[in-house]
Amino acid sequence: MPQWIPVCRIDDIDEEDVIGFQHDGSDYAIYRSPDGEFFATDGHCTHEKTLLCDGLVMDSIIECPKHNGRFDYTTGKALAAPVIVGLATYPVKVEAGTVYLDTDPAS
Amino acid sequence: MNGMVIVGAGQCGTRAALTLREAGWTGPITLVGAEDLAPYERPPLSKTALTATDPPGPAAIRDPAGLAAAGIEFLPGVAAVDIDRDAHRLRLADGRDLTYHRLLLTTGATPRRLPLATEAADAVHYVRTHADALALRQRLHPGARIAVVGGGFLGLELAASAVARGCLVTVIEATPHLMGRVVPAPIATIVAARHRHAGVGLRCATTVTELERQDNTLRLTLSDGDTITCDTVVAGVGAVPDTTLADKAGLAIDNGIRVDSRLITDDPDILAAGDCSCFPHPLYGDRRIRLEAWRNAEDQGAAAARTVLGADEPFTAVPWFWSDQYELTLQITGLPHAATTEVVRHRRDRVDIRFGLGPDGRLLTASAIGPGNSVAKDIRLAEKLIARRATPDPAALADPSVNLKTQYR
Repeated sequence: MPQWIPVCRIDDIDEEDVIGFQHDGSDYAIYRSPDGEFFATDGHCTHEKTLLCDGLVMDSIIECPKHNGRFDYTTGKALAAPVIVGLATYPVKVEAGTVYLDTDPAS
Repeated sequence: MNGMVIVGAGQCGTRAALTLREAGWTGPITLVGAEDLAPYERPPLSKTALTATDPPGPAAIRDPAGLAAAGIEFLPGVAAVDIDRDAHRLRLADGRDLTYHRLLLTTGATPRRLPLATEAADAVHYVRTHADALALRQRLHPGARIAVVGGGFLGLELAASAVARGCLVTVIEATPHLMGRVVPAPIATIVAARHRHAGVGLRCATTVTELERQDNTLRLTLSDGDTITCDTVVAGVGAVPDTTLADKAGLAIDNGIRVDSRLITDDPDILAAGDCSCFPHPLYGDRRIRLEAWRNAEDQGAAAARTVLGADEPFTAVPWFWSDQYELTLQITGLPHAATTEVVRHRRDRVDIRFGLGPDGRLLTASAIGPGNSVAKDIRLAEKLIARRATPDPAALADPSVNLKTQYR
């Protein structure tokens, strides 16, 4: 069963931006793309344990605030050094203006 | 032999080797490292390598298996001693010769030594290698009195790390202000206040004139006449580019190995990059600069690789630096001393972003300090604006309700 966890209201994230979200001891990064879609990945960069929610979002790319490693947050793919390992991504849905995150998509 | 040889297995040389392979270099790549360890990141040496509860291993850029998987022959623990430019041959300290098609020098920099002509000078710690960090770490026990000579990024990070280990710390800085050469005064003031709050003694505008051993302690005499007794002295007073190999080979030296905008030395088959290279920067009137910085090492390593692969593009990356001290991170992009006008954005979270503009209104630099990575987005956007030679509206820069992205689009 998906574990849909309410994260925030849609207006809590600017377009083309990211916020951090903690649940059950884990960090997630929740993105709103320039065209208003929502996405979620692991909260930490795979290079060092830097929180991605302080990073810059441009188009579909999140940059680590520390070393500028880049990921496509819509797929989790690692795009630029120094990162080589991609980010785990998580399903997101919007219902009645609330953003929900599925923290356990494998089950 | 159609091989690429890289001297120096730090951030820059390793990034060059990896980029060469990723971007399609099919010939051999040999990476020569003077240290025994596989390539590792140096930024943690003044921070987590000292503060982590258990002594950490080096933060590998790639482990030996990863290098092998990329087809990079890694030769650790051996220095390069001579270049025969006519024969395209590099001589190693163990007598081996490597023939190169192109040679990249990423020899880095070595800590500047304190000018002390005493036997006790041997007791001064310097931090450049993982082994250096572990040696200092052993001295950082609770209550230990640590004198840090040098109030720049490195010295202040060492001070903050020593505080985290419960040490009693004094910082001795020769100039009147901390980080005086590179950081706007208001940011230096925040940093000084944070160190004082942590109990660090700041002694600015004074230098160490004498160092003596007294039983198990060290006694420093300062130029203002004071003396400081401590258990350990560590110095972070800048670094000297390692140009010995290049100099011996007759390459031009000019505050580092002199390279053109493509990072090529005055020998077309030899490039130099990273801390050891002095290059012209097109964003700053082709002024020659040399940067000792993690990001520059990354960027120039990748750029040198692209040059070797035939790209004809000048190196234009905007300088970027950071420093972590306590819970604060300072970030600087661009070259602060080029600016003539300052615009300050007072953010609602009480963090100030300081922009520096040139006489033509062009953004040349931005800097800020704040908790965690809270300044990263604004500084990164500023960097992008600097890169495209933007002349952003000063009123928009100053207004915290205006997203800086509006100036980028």
